[in-house]
Amino acid sequence: MAEFNLPQNSRLVEGKAWPKPAGASKLTEFKIYRWNPDDTENPRTDTYFVDREDCGPMVLDALIWIKSKIDPTLTFRRSCREGICGSCAMNMDGKNGLACTTGIDECGGTGKNSGRVAIYPLPHMPVIKDLVPDLTRFYAQHASIEPWLKTTSPAPEKEWAQEKGDREKLDGLYECILCACCSTSCPSYWWNGDRYLGPAALLQAYRWLIDSRDEATGERLDNLEDPFRLYRCHTIMNCANACPKGLNPAKAIAEVKKMMVTRQV
Amino acid sequence: MAITKSRSIPAYAGQAYPITDHTFDVVVVGAGGAGLRATVGCSQAGLRTACISKVFPTRSHTVAAQGGVAASLGNMGKDTWQWHMYDTVKGSDWLGDQDAIEYLVRNAPAAVYELEHWGVPFSRTEDGRIYQRPFGGMTTEFGEGPPAQRTCAAADRTGHAMLHTLYGQALRYNTEFFIEYFAIDLIMDDDGVCRGVIALKLDDGTLHRFRSKMAIMATGGYGRAYFSATSAHTCTGDGGGMVLRAGLPLQDMEFVQFHPTGIYGAGCLITEGARGEGGYLTNSEGERFMERYAPSAKDLASRDVVSRSMTMEIRGGRGVGKNKDHIYLHLDHLDPKILHERLPGISESAKIFAGVDVTREPIPVLPTVHYNMGGIPTNFHGEVLTKVDGNPDTVVPGLMAIGEAACVSVHGANRLGSNSLIDLVVFGRAAGLRCAEIVTPGEKQPELPANSADLALTRLDKYRNAKGGTPTADLRGRMQKTMQDNCAVYRTGETLEEGHKQIHEVWAGITDIGTTDRSLIWNSDLIETLEFDNLITQAVVTMDSALNRPESRGAHAREDYPNRDDKDWMKHTLSWIDDEKRTVTLDDRPVHTYTLSNDIEYIKPKARVY
Repeated sequence: MAEFNLPQNSRLVEGKAWPKPAGASKLTEFKIYRWNPDDTENPRTDTYFVDREDCGPMVLDALIWIKSKIDPTLTFRRSCREGICGSCAMNMDGKNGLACTTGIDECGGTGKNSGRVAIYPLPHMPVIKDLVPDLTRFYAQHASIEPWLKTTSPAPEKEWAQEKGDREKLDGLYECILCACCSTSCPSYWWNGDRYLGPAALLQAYRWLIDSRDEATGERLDNLEDPFRLYRCHTIMNCANACPKGLNPAKAIAEVKKMMVTRQV
Repeated sequence: MAITKSRSIPAYAGQAYPITDHTFDVVVVGAGGAGLRATVGCSQAGLRTACISKVFPTRSHTVAAQGGVAASLGNMGKDTWQWHMYDTVKGSDWLGDQDAIEYLVRNAPAAVYELEHWGVPFSRTEDGRIYQRPFGGMTTEFGEGPPAQRTCAAADRTGHAMLHTLYGQALRYNTEFFIEYFAIDLIMDDDGVCRGVIALKLDDGTLHRFRSKMAIMATGGYGRAYFSATSAHTCTGDGGGMVLRAGLPLQDMEFVQFHPTGIYGAGCLITEGARGEGGYLTNSEGERFMERYAPSAKDLASRDVVSRSMTMEIRGGRGVGKNKDHIYLHLDHLDPKILHERLPGISESAKIFAGVDVTREPIPVLPTVHYNMGGIPTNFHGEVLTKVDGNPDTVVPGLMAIGEAACVSVHGANRLGSNSLIDLVVFGRAAGLRCAEIVTPGEKQPELPANSADLALTRLDKYRNAKGGTPTADLRGRMQKTMQDNCAVYRTGETLEEGHKQIHEVWAGITDIGTTDRSLIWNSDLIETLEFDNLITQAVVTMDSALNRPESRGAHAREDYPNRDDKDWMKHTLSWIDDEKRTVTLDDRPVHTYTLSNDIEYIKPKARVY
């Protein structure tokens, strides 16, 4: 039987337990994944205690509190803090989401993690540092579906007409914030992420396919007609479960598959 | 692309920083709405264009714009660019330059159609045209008619829809992006020409020197100088900081817009479109108090007016909540179907950040820092201006600024809602057109000055190894609190004097700054310190400019000088810093009291009543 060895220094170890802040009455324990590319140390989980009286309600508030008050080296992406920019996607208590719209009290773990909030980077992506994953491939996959309106008819002087009903077909699709919560929660993407486009890119593909103004349906479908790019979706539905904007990429993928069939009959 | 690898430069603190050199015709710093539009324009003109951004393009703060983009399409009833111009001039409290405003409003409809042709999923009318909603300060018949429906909307996610579409266009034109590169400083030569920028690549800590014929600052506002802002954490005005350090002035920095409806506590934005769709504000007595302050426009008066009225209500003891320190925004009378169709995003935000079901309860709101009317002075081509030997329109060669980073000035003392998104695309396009005119593709560029990287490297190295006793977060907190307490909706000579003293103390405190992370890979401690360095200089010139202006105009409301003083103060403030001595120099520039064409006459100042 084949034996596998983990690469050296890849095993996650217990990290530093930072002291509890003095004089705080309500504390929440955070266990946070740390990895520094500059040294040869293993990745570790550091323990921090957050003074909830001095901190906002969201996980992002806690991370910023820790960075400001305890450990300025803690590294994560963040920007809008209102769930629209998609920067602070990470794995909290085993579930992907946005740190800025996930309440600390919504977390809290089960089993041995009961009462503590466990924070990891998005799963199955290369880590640059701490909670910052490398999303280069994810972005390239999004670009590969050519996310722009394609038309061949002469453009009108004013806007392209679009009936309200046709515009409604874009609802639940155009709102995607490219946070990668869906794709990085998908086991099929974990396994075949190099060839399967993943739920985020495919949701976007459908957003352009179904746009009544777009005139490149055939070309777009041709681009997806591939055993891996599209058909590695096995309706596991983790994507819909993970999406912080309440979108359903799996349904969009199913619609693309239907379009593939329909054009052949 | 001409790239020379790893040319070593003199060592700093015993460590050499390798530099990678790039040469482009145009370098755009920032990938928000303005930066992306300019990038696309330059690419279309055949110019070799780089777009540098500290965040992935769709994370830029344009993504958070909600309500819409203003253009007189007339889809919902008669509208004209002249009416849009009048409203913008009045909104600016006559501090806007009318030539630039005419350029903006006349080019607005074409800019919106272009966005639509590129794929922006605008909401639609029954007959399939772009849906337009009412917005604050937007009227018809030169202020005499009913509210205009001028603001083109994609539900309440217009900025998101625009930014993602513009990013798609940039991909279509094979833009050369440099993503998660932090621009540190401009490269200026001895003749005062901007020759490019120096940037730090976050994921590997390498330095990159971009040599260009034109550098375009599209770096956004500096809302994070304040404690409570709708602005993203990344809104740190990096372009403004770079320009100040380059010895160039910023303009009209005292004009900071407070959005009337930030969610109480969290500060997240609730679009003015909520009031455009029929929402209204109430005080603790349940009174729709805006009827008293703005009898005609009521809740759709312009933002400075509504923010002041809310502040007066709270001061008068009529605030809501346990501490009577905020106001209610009601949407609960609106048809849930309309809320779902037109305001789904803010319904979600209100739920998450205020625990409110908007179909049943009012949203607790408070005026919150939102937008900087001030910025890098430019003409309507986007070219950066400075004042030299008394000439207030001296162009700085090689440098442009667009979007919130710039002060064209179309927004004057107060910006109207939805005039920002149109500003991004109109002036982003204008900058691209100007580059096409004055930059020759592939033109050979002279060697850079020998000291081209010195300023950036010195600062980088200083902050990376800073061992002082004050963490960046402490200084940043003190700055934010000072600005919030002393340079807010209402100002007095007294609060500004105190603020001036305190903010200069914070600035001086930078000599004792201390960082912890010594790494060069994704060192966010270092980046936040460089961002703080950009913020603090702009906070200082904001405070000092405010102290210097003894009148009330637009967003600058002085209780000790309650009236507008057109005789002495209808002029732009210019502010320079000396970063070594930590001093501020102020001067002024005349407001352009002329229009672009003979199609419309100069709109003369009059009392501003809504």
